Amino acid sequence: MIAGATAGFIAKHLPVLVVLVPLMAAPACLITGNRHATWAIATLASWTSFALTVALFIRVAGQGPLSYSLGGWAAPFGIEYRADALNAFILPLIAGIASFALPYARGSIGRDVEPRQQNLFYSALLLCLAGLLGVTITGDVFNIFVFLEISSLASYVLVAAGGGRDRRAFKAAFDYLIMGTIGASFFVIGIGFLYMATGTLNIADLAHRLATAPADRTVRMAYGFILVGIGLKLAMMPLHQWLPNAYSYAPPAVTAFLAATATKVSLYVLIRFLYTVFGLDDPFEAQTLKLLVMPLGIIGIFAASTVAIFQNDIRRMFAWSSIAQAGYMLTGIALMTPQGLAASLVNIVNHGLTKGALFMAVGMLTLATGTSRLSDLRGIGRTMPWTMAAILAGGLGLIGVPLTAGFISKWALVSAALDAGQWWLAGAVLLSSLLALGYVWRIVETACFGKADETRVIEPVPLAMVIPAWGLLAVSLYAGVQPALIMEGANAAARSLLPHLTGVGG
Amino acid sequence: MTDHIALPLSILIPLIIGLFVHMFGDRPNQRDAVSLIGGIVTFIMVGWLLPEVMAGARPSASLFEMLPNVSLAFRVEPLGLMFALIASGLWVLTTLYAIGYMRANGETDQTRFYLFFAIAISSAIGIAFSANLLTLFIFYEALTLSTYPLVAHKGTDEARKGARTYLVILLGTSICFLLPAIIWTYGATGTLDFEPGGIVRGHLPPAFAPLLLALFAFGIGKAALMPFHRWLPAAMVAPTPVSALLHAVAVVKAGVFTMLKVGVYIFGTDYLAETGASVWLVWLAGFTILAASIIAMTKDDLKARLAYSTVSQLSYVTLGMALAVQSGVMGGAMQIAMHALGKITLFMCAGGIYVATHKTKVSELDGLGRRMPFTFAAFAIGALSIIGIPPTGGAWSKFYLMLATLDAHQQVLLIVLMASSLLNVIYLLSIPARAFFLPEAGTALRGFGTLKEAPLLCVLPPCLTAIGTIVLFFHADRIYWLIALIPTAGGHF
Repeated sequence: MIAGATAGFIAKHLPVLVVLVPLMAAPACLITGNRHATWAIATLASWTSFALTVALFIRVAGQGPLSYSLGGWAAPFGIEYRADALNAFILPLIAGIASFALPYARGSIGRDVEPRQQNLFYSALLLCLAGLLGVTITGDVFNIFVFLEISSLASYVLVAAGGGRDRRAFKAAFDYLIMGTIGASFFVIGIGFLYMATGTLNIADLAHRLATAPADRTVRMAYGFILVGIGLKLAMMPLHQWLPNAYSYAPPAVTAFLAATATKVSLYVLIRFLYTVFGLDDPFEAQTLKLLVMPLGIIGIFAASTVAIFQNDIRRMFAWSSIAQAGYMLTGIALMTPQGLAASLVNIVNHGLTKGALFMAVGMLTLATGTSRLSDLRGIGRTMPWTMAAILAGGLGLIGVPLTAGFISKWALVSAALDAGQWWLAGAVLLSSLLALGYVWRIVETACFGKADETRVIEPVPLAMVIPAWGLLAVSLYAGVQPALIMEGANAAARSLLPHLTGVGG
Repeated sequence: MTDHIALPLSILIPLIIGLFVHMFGDRPNQRDAVSLIGGIVTFIMVGWLLPEVMAGARPSASLFEMLPNVSLAFRVEPLGLMFALIASGLWVLTTLYAIGYMRANGETDQTRFYLFFAIAISSAIGIAFSANLLTLFIFYEALTLSTYPLVAHKGTDEARKGARTYLVILLGTSICFLLPAIIWTYGATGTLDFEPGGIVRGHLPPAFAPLLLALFAFGIGKAALMPFHRWLPAAMVAPTPVSALLHAVAVVKAGVFTMLKVGVYIFGTDYLAETGASVWLVWLAGFTILAASIIAMTKDDLKARLAYSTVSQLSYVTLGMALAVQSGVMGGAMQIAMHALGKITLFMCAGGIYVATHKTKVSELDGLGRRMPFTFAAFAIGALSIIGIPPTGGAWSKFYLMLATLDAHQQVLLIVLMASSLLNVIYLLSIPARAFFLPEAGTALRGFGTLKEAPLLCVLPPCLTAIGTIVLFFHADRIYWLIALIPTAGGHF
């Protein structure tokens, strides 16, 4: 009876519970104080919200979009939470990565944050998670801005948490704060313009009004501001400057979490605005994608990958690789076909899993050796073969070797480019894999065939780091071997956004 | 899942052996024994499939679907079975040889060596039994990656540089050309299965056929078609057993095997012949045959000369496919077998010479034949087979390929083949000739000096393979009946 009532309650309030669980757990962590208890609360909250996102995904896949009016105020006047094929597909990724990152943080955070402050760290992580989930599920553009700020402010704190070990983290966090705030300002100005033009903030309502009214200069201004603001958040070349330092100096658990979720959520917001809100009927919008975003994406792929090759710090190398990967996702979005969009969505999930696992493995390496400089890690493959194997497996995913998740992403993007008749894009995507081979192989050569330093002290890696890292790696490899679920989810999402176009291939 | 247990086992056993090799890492004798036994068991497993395939069965296994209509699946057909038999059979001999070679040279990291060797063999057999292009591609890349540590084995700057060239060219061509070719094929036909008669007919406008074929031909970098042949000489920094098995047999043959598979089962020889899509490839293969032979003549380093000879010989197989007649496919398939046996002999002899004398240059070999008669006799027989002179097996593959040039009305290529054989005579037979008939450096010695052979394990395997080339001349019908089952155009010639 009670169980039935509880299940009914959960089912009824599922969309809001997804956000509410981590949001409420964050102050609980703050109050509790004890680091073991806060860790348990945080982990439990992330696991619960993962279970809720999965339930939501299954429900949306079965019954179609789900709308929830916050506080009972009906849309478009109240805030609507709306789960459709697109965000129900992204949500489990965010909560899932958090479910791996929190156990991992227990093993690694002692290095960066003093025991008595660890409850603050976990609160910030939960706030960041709640913000990211909120951005994704809400059906209200101003609410997106609010949650984006919650997650961003939390992530500045999280990056600065690395300052206990390396004081450069403070500067990285400050740079990130300035850039992130500029991005958020652009975004909110864009929303202001939209409100000016339409008088509404509800996404569905906005889409409806923009589709019926001819695009005027105000809407185009909104488009431009939002594109730049979100472009900054997702590290679109040349708005990427904040990313390498933030990823290099943040605590390992934070890097793994942010790399796999924060930029991905921004990409989701971009997709949401481009395809749902604006609809790309206006030639100005479509041409901007084609003539600006597509070239920037391709330049990003090549430039960032090339820079990655010449990095001496492994974390910075993979940070640049993340900028390059954002380029792949942008090109898929800019193709403006269901296949291209599906390819980007597949890539968002697959790269999130791969990069999350990769940064976790790199974190193990830096924790054990006390350095992430490649020149200090010569021959490390002989002393830490398993960790190197994990890094190699993740690296092969970035290159796109078959049986890894990255191969599926590359396959989807190249198919989409060929379908759209963009031969040169398919060629560019494949050619750029060689650059990924370049930086991954620099690590392999140095670590496996370099002359080992005999005096190096290797500290043991706690099991609390090893298990989540390998677990996430296993998930990413499974996504490479059994891509059907992710591909179908991505296809369904792409179809729902571009209903007037059909024929989504593998 | 599978209808013949030997099929999954022949791919799995080498992997399990790799695991045991790793476990026995600190006990060299057990480790090497495990490698050897593993090789024998794998060969028996592959051999077990032979009677079934000869009787017309096509054992298959399917794991799971990866893309719509494309599974990770295996299917044993005659061409693949022949390749798997060669790879696994020669693995046994190479393991014997490697034990002698690695110990005599005091190489380090032998456990890693045997481990990746086993993975490479598993990948090669996976390629041989692949039921579709995606499965083949997976194992093709696995073979590249698993052989990288073998090429870079010595860890010196030179070894790392060579291995880098190896990796970049092989992975680069496969990602930039082979992968888009596969995606294009899938997009056009909706399938990637190897079907008798090909799958592209009716789905691909004939005008695009040469382009798709080009993506395949250059994408299969392991076939070393010019200008993507540089990896093969670069890989010669590897220890000789690697050069012998992988860069004379498994890796390069995986390349030309894939080339034949694509020609026969993706395009279909009929389609190629009707559209003329492969005419350009005939000429490029002919060019590679001659150009590589000419480069080989200029090489004083023995392994480099053999490497360029391999580049040249591989294009014989590509040529056989590109001629798009049945005799060409037969000749190409036979060339895979005959060249494997001949070239592994030459490489094992080169390694034996290095072990015994530490000499790597052709110009330093004068008179050595009288000190190492077995090694150089085996070398001479192997060289005869490469050239194609009876009574060695190589004569048959050359015979069919020459026949194919006539069948396809490409008389100029007949002249190319004959010219190449002449060049082979000059640069291969001159080596044993110098060794036997010229005086040793610094002496005027003419008769047989004191024997100075390499250890028994380095001499026996090349002698066995040399005898094998002669046996294959008289028993070529065994191979003939197997590869005659390959479904090609016409049915007779």
